[in-house]
Amino acid sequence: MRRVSGIGLLVAAGLLTACAQGTGDDDTSADASYDSEAELSGTLEVMGFGTEDDVAQNRLAEAEKALGDVEVDLVEGDLDIQQFLASVADGSPPDLVYAERNQIGTFASRGAVVPLADCLEGEGIDTGIFNEAALGQVTFDDEVYGVPEFNVVQIVQANQQLLDQAGVSVEDVNGADWDAVTAANKKLMKTDGGKLTVIGFDSKMPEFLPLWAKANGADLISEDGRTAQLDDPAVVEALEFAVGIYDDQGGFSKVKAFRDSADFFGEGNQFASGTLGAMPMEQWYVNVLNDVSPDAPMAFDTVRTREGDPIAWASGSAWAIPRGSDNPEAACRMARAMTQTDTWVAAAEKRIELREKEGGLFTGLLTGNVEADEVIEGMVEPSGDAKWDQAVEKTYEANGATFAMPANPAGEEFEAAWQDAVNRVLNGQQEPQEAMAQAQEEAQSALDEAWSEWDDK
Amino acid sequence: MGRQVRSRETRAALLFISPWIVGFLVFTAYPVIYTGYLSFTDYDVINDPAFVGFDNFKELLEDDKVALALRNTFIFAAMSVPAQLLVSLALALLLNWAGRASGFFRTAFFLPKMTPPVAIGVLFLLIFNGQSGLINGMLGTIGIDGPAWTTDPSWVKPGLVMMSLWTVGGSVIILLAALRNVPQELYDAARVDGAGFWRQTWSITIPMISGAMFFVFIVDTIAAFQSFSEAYTAFFGSGNTTYSNDAALFYAIYLFQQAFQFLHMGYASAMAWVLFVIIMIVTFIQIRVTQRFVYYEAETR
Repeated sequence: MRRVSGIGLLVAAGLLTACAQGTGDDDTSADASYDSEAELSGTLEVMGFGTEDDVAQNRLAEAEKALGDVEVDLVEGDLDIQQFLASVADGSPPDLVYAERNQIGTFASRGAVVPLADCLEGEGIDTGIFNEAALGQVTFDDEVYGVPEFNVVQIVQANQQLLDQAGVSVEDVNGADWDAVTAANKKLMKTDGGKLTVIGFDSKMPEFLPLWAKANGADLISEDGRTAQLDDPAVVEALEFAVGIYDDQGGFSKVKAFRDSADFFGEGNQFASGTLGAMPMEQWYVNVLNDVSPDAPMAFDTVRTREGDPIAWASGSAWAIPRGSDNPEAACRMARAMTQTDTWVAAAEKRIELREKEGGLFTGLLTGNVEADEVIEGMVEPSGDAKWDQAVEKTYEANGATFAMPANPAGEEFEAAWQDAVNRVLNGQQEPQEAMAQAQEEAQSALDEAWSEWDDK
Repeated sequence: MGRQVRSRETRAALLFISPWIVGFLVFTAYPVIYTGYLSFTDYDVINDPAFVGFDNFKELLEDDKVALALRNTFIFAAMSVPAQLLVSLALALLLNWAGRASGFFRTAFFLPKMTPPVAIGVLFLLIFNGQSGLINGMLGTIGIDGPAWTTDPSWVKPGLVMMSLWTVGGSVIILLAALRNVPQELYDAARVDGAGFWRQTWSITIPMISGAMFFVFIVDTIAAFQSFSEAYTAFFGSGNTTYSNDAALFYAIYLFQQAFQFLHMGYASAMAWVLFVIIMIVTFIQIRVTQRFVYYEAETR
């Protein structure tokens, strides 16, 4: 077996610290003056943003227009957190960083990115146009640290043919009635000689615990991001429900093994091959299905709370200005230009043209900008195939009913605490109650430690 | 004359290995020493390290996950090291026996070692898939309902041990080279005395290659303690999967999480030093205990 040698890790850690020696306070981003009318110049180094698709390319072109003489230099590829933090520590950060929204709290609490109040005011960015949950994710200790963009939401995706055979409907698997979901799951699932051949319902554990908890009226963390609420009875109940779905199918092991063997992105995906009844899944999977198996007998609905209202757990990206950015004015201008309504609409128009040329579907864009979402939703034309139109409609409905976890300084540890707990239950090592109690303790102590460091600053 | 020549030769030798010395000092020695310092600090990559005395080490003692990771690592090492040694010895004996064809098989056995560890991790999930994997398929043909290798905590480590045999090729080559060095006269003499295959193996082969076996034993043990990539890929993969199984939480994996996921560099440095000390102690014990059994050609006994 190969291994990461202890020495290797030591070396990596040592090199990082060697870089950290030069931590200086030459913070140019502190005395920047933002003005939407100002002529900007210089270069703008952007870390974490890639131009893989047409929407990114076209928005970048729009932003470059707004930036005038500024030369944009992209460091492409997903953001490498260590690389980014080390570059801030040694005083040579990028001028603008593009990150997952749930990373912003970690960056802000460690002083790696700066508050954006001046930037927002100077460039005239109206935070009111952003999706509320998205803005909450980039707001740390009452200050905005990121300009949000994109929204990823879940909708229930189901196989209508299997639903019909089992005599149930998509409303039975949208989560509004947990007993109905449990019953439908039992009717949808099929086994053959102890082997699972059709997964009835996949509750998508461990990742969707926050979704099921919220559907049951509980948040995993308090609104100020300081208190873990993992042992809340409603959270435990949600976990019991979601795990019960697996237990009824012979246990999580069987479902996972079967799910792992599926061709998720190909023609033989679980819906096309008729081996999955229903699951909540992010909206981008609709595009995959439409591409590789346009004839799959799909049905869609939003995920529902137990009161029957639509609900979705949102995630997405954000722009932030690193401490020590050499060109914060241009960074702020770019963040504005990338996220303003006109840019999104222009990119959507180009996307529609492109899809028409390719003979594909335009399924809308969730931008994180409420104003842009409204305009673009109006641009979506009926496709002539009711099921895909339904997918778009339900996606937009879900987009209007999102929640997200607030920014906190121990994001990774908090996530690890609840995911580990769910995994212990799925692996049969602990009961839900006990697992969540342990998670609560671990999460709270991580939060307390991280917050006390922040409060001491 | 002798002294002058020798000092000139020494200087030339030092000059030739100086690139390595510089590299060692800058990229290995300095970082190792620096982590020694870091292990006494609270350090999050971005803010300056703050000295905290022995706090990290105290916390280590109380951390349940450190205990769990150590237990996992010891169990894995206790299973995988003997398994690797036995399988590589068996394969080497076979190869030694194969005569001319051994050249081909030597390459064939070594090839899997060239697989990137991350690919082995992914392969593990495929081969050991509880529902449609190769292993359970084979078990099924002889009427055994195979376990859930990738999710059942009590089967995760045995699965990883079996998977670790994938890269046994390196040890096979070393042992085969040692086998080739065993003098033929010894076997001839034994045959005259009427010794069969097993007797020859036990009384001649094993003692004569004990030095190489000891080397493989030590190196595999250290490797097992530092085991990371395959288990990390299969059970903690960073991609879109949130599933994990703490039966596969090896020490190096927990260390990695603390350092690069939670940004607790000081704590991770302390963990790295503890691992270093543990491996040193284990190796020391191995050397002491096996001393009696290992034969070196140069020694007279």
